[in-house]
Amino acid sequence: MTWLTEWAGYLPQMMAGLGVSLLIAGISIFFGYPLGLVLSLMVTAKNLAVRTLGLAVVEIGRGAPALVILYLFYYGLPKFGIAFESITAACLALTWNSAAYSSEIMRAGLQSVARGQLEASNALGLSQRDTFFRVVMPQGMRSAIPGLMGVAIQMFQGTSLAYGIAVPELMKTAYNIGSQDFNYLQIFTLAGLCYAVISMPATWITVFFEKRMARHT
Amino acid sequence: MDALSAVLQGLPMTIMLTLSAFAIGIVGAVPLAVGLSSSNLLARLVSRLFVDLVRGVPIIVWLFLLKFGIQIGTFKFNPVGAAIVGLGVVSIAYLAEIYRGGLQSVPRGQGEAAHALGLTRGTTFYGVMVPQAFRIISPSIATYLTGLLKDSSIASTIIVTEMVFQSQAFARQHPTVEGILPYIIVGVLYIVLSLPIAYLSRRLDSRMRKAIYA
Repeated sequence: MTWLTEWAGYLPQMMAGLGVSLLIAGISIFFGYPLGLVLSLMVTAKNLAVRTLGLAVVEIGRGAPALVILYLFYYGLPKFGIAFESITAACLALTWNSAAYSSEIMRAGLQSVARGQLEASNALGLSQRDTFFRVVMPQGMRSAIPGLMGVAIQMFQGTSLAYGIAVPELMKTAYNIGSQDFNYLQIFTLAGLCYAVISMPATWITVFFEKRMARHT
Repeated sequence: MDALSAVLQGLPMTIMLTLSAFAIGIVGAVPLAVGLSSSNLLARLVSRLFVDLVRGVPIIVWLFLLKFGIQIGTFKFNPVGAAIVGLGVVSIAYLAEIYRGGLQSVPRGQGEAAHALGLTRGTTFYGVMVPQAFRIISPSIATYLTGLLKDSSIASTIIVTEMVFQSQAFARQHPTVEGILPYIIVGVLYIVLSLPIAYLSRRLDSRMRKAIYA
């Protein structure tokens, strides 16, 4: 019981931290998905320069740890006179991350659209533009949905790394509370529960969507 | 090149962390995968809850919980111990899910055929299901290993002196423009380190394909 009463005392501060986490996750997803679509088109473009640029952005965003990209934006870029607030740096780094991961999922989704669909729209005399926006994209994006939901969950959990650049998100809030009275066990358990309460149901919904999609194909 | 040698000082620790956690995961995921695909509802629910809970909490929280939260008598985790145990447990959960997916994708007929041939349950599982499942999941395991390699960077937040920690330290000592170098170097190093894993995985995969179809 003592744990519960202590948790109740921490909860208002923790909720403020969670709000910051959700804000960062929301922004990185909101900008990451459209950028991911652009990147997925760049990676499959005919023009070599465009393709190389797209590949570089995707491979760095996926290949380098999120923490490193975070540090690069927050500690690195100010040395060139480009300084961000910590929360802006976190949003930029995670947006890069989510764009890179979602681009791979969207590319796979777009490529999974049956070739016959392209041939059919070609035979119907649809323009390339219409073929892409009205035939390929709706079908491709639909099959990318579970993967994109997975990226969203990953981004939410990734916001915890913003602790490393002192963003007042959930993890940093927990650490600050813990370092006041040293009951780290309680506070980090509570932090873990806050993350789990959101991530776990989100994962279950994603699995549900995956199963439904699998049934339709 | 100072920055490069500074970052490289952390390389052995990064590799040690990654491989230790991976070893824990590869072995520890076996019983959990059996639980996840058990016909006993209680066993299935308990292992499912464990997997989802471990995966639902960010790694940094597990590391802080182990490093700062755990004290049994006079025992406390040192940073490296906390990192290995934390990353190891997370690996167990992720790999168990990969194992389960692999076992599930082996066609049901294989199990039924083995049963019809009078093979014991143990032989059916280890001699028929597991080898086929392994072929299916070996690329996913390789992908997970590269993910784990990157996740080991999170250990820097509990003062484990791996590559990212070293790059941070160098950047602090060189607050000029040069301070950005270690971050670029460490980012490139992670990408370079992932390449041999992808290469070996592809070779393993193509060799196994030959073994089946030859």
